[in-house]
Amino acid sequence: MTPEELDRTQERELADDAKYEHQVHVCVGTACVALGSATVAKNLEAEIKASGRDGKVKVRCVGCPGLCALGPLVEVEAKDKPEDEPATLYQYVKPEDAREIAESIGGAPASRLQADTRQPFFTRQTKIVLENCGRIDPERIEDYIAAGGYRALEKALFEMQPQEVIDEISKSGLRGRGGAGFPTGLKWATVAKSNSPAVTRVPDDILARKFVICNGDEGDPGAFMDRSTMEGDPFRIIEGMVVAGYAVGAGKGYVYVRAEYPLAVKRLRSAIRQAQRSGMLGATIMGSGFNFDIDVRLGAGAFVCGEETSLIASIEGGRGTPRPRPPFPAESGLWGCPTLINNVETLANIAPIISRGAAWFAGIGTEKSKGTKVFALTGQVNNTGLIEVPMGISLREIVFDIGGGLPEGRNFKAVQTGGPSGGCIPAQYLDMKVDYESLAQVGSIMGSGGMIVMDDQTDMVEIARFFMEFCMEESCGKCVPCRVGTAQMHGLLTRISEGKATQAHLDTLTELCDMVRRTSLCGLGQSAPNPVLSTLRYFKSEYEDKLVKDGQNER
Amino acid sequence: MSKLRFATVWMGGCSGCHMSFLDLDEWLIPLADLIEVVYSPIVDIKVFPENVDVTLVEGAIANRDNLELIHVIRRNTKVLASFGDCAVTSNVTGMRNPLGGPEVVLDRAYRDAQLLRPQIPDDEGIVPPLIQRVAPVHAIVPVDLFIPGCPPSAKRIRAVLEQIVAGKHVEMIGREMLKFG
Amino acid sequence: MSAKTLTINGKPISAREDETILEAARDAGIVMPTLCHLDGLTDIGACRLCLVEVTGISKLLPACATRVAEGMEVRTDTEQLRKYRRMTVELLFSERNHVCAGCVANSHCELQDVGIAVGMDHVRYDYLFPKLEVDLTHPQFGMDQNRCILCARCVRVCDEIEGAHTWDIFGRGVKAHVITDLNQPWGESLSCTSCGKCVMACPTGAIFKLGSTVEESVKDRSKLAFLKNARDKKQWVM
Repeated sequence: MTPEELDRTQERELADDAKYEHQVHVCVGTACVALGSATVAKNLEAEIKASGRDGKVKVRCVGCPGLCALGPLVEVEAKDKPEDEPATLYQYVKPEDAREIAESIGGAPASRLQADTRQPFFTRQTKIVLENCGRIDPERIEDYIAAGGYRALEKALFEMQPQEVIDEISKSGLRGRGGAGFPTGLKWATVAKSNSPAVTRVPDDILARKFVICNGDEGDPGAFMDRSTMEGDPFRIIEGMVVAGYAVGAGKGYVYVRAEYPLAVKRLRSAIRQAQRSGMLGATIMGSGFNFDIDVRLGAGAFVCGEETSLIASIEGGRGTPRPRPPFPAESGLWGCPTLINNVETLANIAPIISRGAAWFAGIGTEKSKGTKVFALTGQVNNTGLIEVPMGISLREIVFDIGGGLPEGRNFKAVQTGGPSGGCIPAQYLDMKVDYESLAQVGSIMGSGGMIVMDDQTDMVEIARFFMEFCMEESCGKCVPCRVGTAQMHGLLTRISEGKATQAHLDTLTELCDMVRRTSLCGLGQSAPNPVLSTLRYFKSEYEDKLVKDGQNER
Repeated sequence: MSKLRFATVWMGGCSGCHMSFLDLDEWLIPLADLIEVVYSPIVDIKVFPENVDVTLVEGAIANRDNLELIHVIRRNTKVLASFGDCAVTSNVTGMRNPLGGPEVVLDRAYRDAQLLRPQIPDDEGIVPPLIQRVAPVHAIVPVDLFIPGCPPSAKRIRAVLEQIVAGKHVEMIGREMLKFG
Repeated sequence: MSAKTLTINGKPISAREDETILEAARDAGIVMPTLCHLDGLTDIGACRLCLVEVTGISKLLPACATRVAEGMEVRTDTEQLRKYRRMTVELLFSERNHVCAGCVANSHCELQDVGIAVGMDHVRYDYLFPKLEVDLTHPQFGMDQNRCILCARCVRVCDEIEGAHTWDIFGRGVKAHVITDLNQPWGESLSCTSCGKCVMACPTGAIFKLGSTVEESVKDRSKLAFLKNARDKKQWVM
C-alpha cells in the first residue's frame, strides 16, 4: 500500500462508517469471550438484521475497553453524538439481552443493563496505548487504517532519516514498559550503532543481520496489559516494530508471545498476514525500499523467557535460559546479531509518538517518567480491569477513584505492584506518585503493570510465600542462588507460616534474600526476594508474630 | 587446674567416630590427665550428667531417644561439638530421608527380607521409634563446633582436642580439618 | 591483539583483550573457586562462585564470562564475596544427597574441594533430601543424580568437544536434571559414542565409570584441554 493507497483506504473506510447511524461495539477480549460475548455479537447482528436496520446499525467486534469486572460489555454510539458525550455502555450483557439492546438503539437506552460511564473509571484515564482498544475491529487492517493507523510509519519512512526517528523517541522520554524503565531511545541508538558480526550464526533462510523483538511473554500473575493490547490492537504493535526496524536498521522482527494467549496469537498472526498482503510488511514497505518482515514465536510457558536473553535463546530454538550480560542483546543478541528487544506496551507507544511528536508525549507524565502506563487492576477492588493512566497519578486515585475502592466492609492494606519481582506498598504511601523512581524508592518496581489490591484480611507472609513459590517453580535452574535459594526461601517462609520457625530462621531468610538478589544470574533471581523484602520492611510484625519464642525448634 | 568434664555420645551413627577416637592411641594417656570422661558409650554411666564442659556428639538425630537426649545434652553442656559427618550432615544415617521415611526402610529390613517371622521391632520402652526425618544435630539444637569426617581422622580429633584442652578457640580451616567423607 | 592492563585485588596485571577476568587472574596466580568452568568449554556463568566486584559496576560479575577491560579494578576476595561463596556452596550441598563417605569421587571431588576452600564446616540450610534416580543402563558408565550439581559440563563437553549432544537439561528449578537423548535411559541412547568425556568433565561423582568404588574416581581433565587445543589451534601438545 503506497501512501496514496493508504489515503484512499482511510477515506473509503470513513465514508463507509459514515453511512451508519449507530455503531455497536462488542468486546471480544479474552475475559468477555469467556463470558459469551461472541454469541452476544452474533445475536445482536441477527436482531438488527431481523429488524431491517442492518444498513443503519453497524455491529463491530472490538478489543478490551477495560472494565473487565462488568463484562461482557457492549457500547452503542450514535453518529451525531456530541464529542464530549460518552456513548451508552451496557454491562453484564447476556446473549438473550441482544433483542432488548437492539430495540433500544435510536430510542431510550435499555436502562436495566446500562453502566455508569461518568464514573471515574472512565473519566480519569488517559488512553494512548489503548486508544484503539474497544474502538476498532482487531481483525481488520482497514479499521486500523481508518483510525489513523500507519501514518506514523508513513511519516518515518518518507519524511525522516533513521537517526531522526531515534532522536524523536529519545526526546519523548519514553522508557521501557517491561519493568526496568530503560530509556527506549538510548536502547535504539545502541542497536543502531552496533555492528553486525561478519560471520553470523543466523540460519541461511533469514537474511537479516539485525533484529527487532517484541516481548509479549507476559507472565506476572494477575497481569494482562500486553494480552489486551495484542488482542485489541495488534496492528499498532506491528507498526511500532516496523518503525523500530527502520530506525535501527533491522530487517526482521519476531513477536514472542506466550502460548497461553491463543487469542492474542491468532490476532497477531492475522494482523501480520493482512499487513503483508497490504504491503505494510515484507519487501519495500509502502514503496519506500525498506524491507522488514515479522514472525510470531510462541513461548512454551516459561516465565523466565520474559527475560531477554532467555527469550533470545528460546527463539533460537534452545532451552529458555538466560546468559550473563554483558554483552547485552543490543550488541550481541539473536544469533549473535545486534537485537532490539522492547516490550509490547513500549512498541505500542511508538506510532503515536512519531505521529504526534515527542513534545506532545513528553508533556504527559512526570519529569523522569513520561507518557502513560497501563495497569491490570485486580484483587480486592471493585473495578477490576485494564486501565491506562498518566505517569505521576497517585496510588489513591488508581485504587479509590478509578478502581472504585475496596468491596463493602473491607479496608485497604497494601497494593502489590510489579508481580513476583515487585513489592507491597502500604497505606502510608497511597498519595505517592506512580513513576519508576518513586516505586523503586518504596521497595517495589513499576514492573510490567500488574497491580493487586489487598485488604486487611490479607496475610502478608502468605503473600510472600505465594510469590516465592511462583519464583521457585519458574526458576530455570541454571544458576545456583536462584535454583536452590528460592527453594530454601520458600521452605523458610512455609516454616514461618506454619508457626515452626525461630528468629534464627527469619535471620537466615533475610540473609538469603540479600544473597539471591545480589548473586543470581538474571532478573528472575535478582528480584525474587523483593516480595519478601518489601513485606519485611512494612509488615515485619506479621512475621515476628508467627515465630516460636523459646528459641528452640522441635521437630 | 581442674580437669575438663568431657563427654562423648553415640547417636544415629556407626560408632566409627568413636573408633577413630580410640585411634588416638598413646595420646589417650596424656589426654586422660587433662579430661574427666563423665559420659560416653565406653564408660558405664547411664544418665547424662550436669555441668559438662565439652560433649562430642557422634551420629545424626534419628530416633526419639536421640531427640530427647540432645536437648538434655544442650542444656548441660558448655561446648557441644558435632562429631563426624553423621552429626554434621546426617550423612549415611540420613540416606533414608529421600526414600520416604522410616517405614520404608523398616519394611525393607525387617519384613521384605525376612523369610522367618517377619516383624518390625517396636516394643515400647525397648526399641526407640525412628523419627520421620533424620536431622543433623544443628537442625535441632545450637551447635558450637563442627568436626567433619567419616570418620574424622585421629589426627584431626587430636588437633581439635589439643585446642579445646588448652582453652583455645578451635579454627576449622583447610583440607586437614574440613574435608568431609 | 592488544593488551589490557587492569588490577585484580590491587595487583597490576596485563592480559590479552580476549581473555576473561578468570583467565587473567589465574595467570597471575590469583585463586578463585569455580565449578561450572572447565578449560576448553564455553563459559555459562552458572555456579556464581567466581563472582567478582568491579569498581564502577553495581552488579557482581562472573569472572569466567566477563572480558577484561582497560583500567578495570577487580576484587575477588572481599568479605561480602567470601560470604556469598560459602552460601552458594552450602546451597549446593543442601540441594541433593551429597554423601561424601559413600561417593566414588570422595577425595577427588571439586564440590568437596570448593567446600574446603570456602571454609564450610556445616550447612546452615535444611537439606532438601529429594528422591532421585540412578541410571546404570550404560555398559561402561553410570549416572547418579544425587551427586549432580547441574554445572552442565557434561552437556557442553558432549556438545562442543565430542559433537554428540547426548546430554541436556530437563525441567526447571530444583527439579531440573540432566538427561540423555530425549530422556531415555543412557544405555539406550543412540547418540552416545561412549567416549567418556562426560565422565572426565564431571566435577563430582555424578557421572562415573562402572565398577569404581569409593574414592576411586580419579579424573584426568588435561585430555579435554588437549583435544580442544588440538582442534582449535592445531597444536598437538599436552
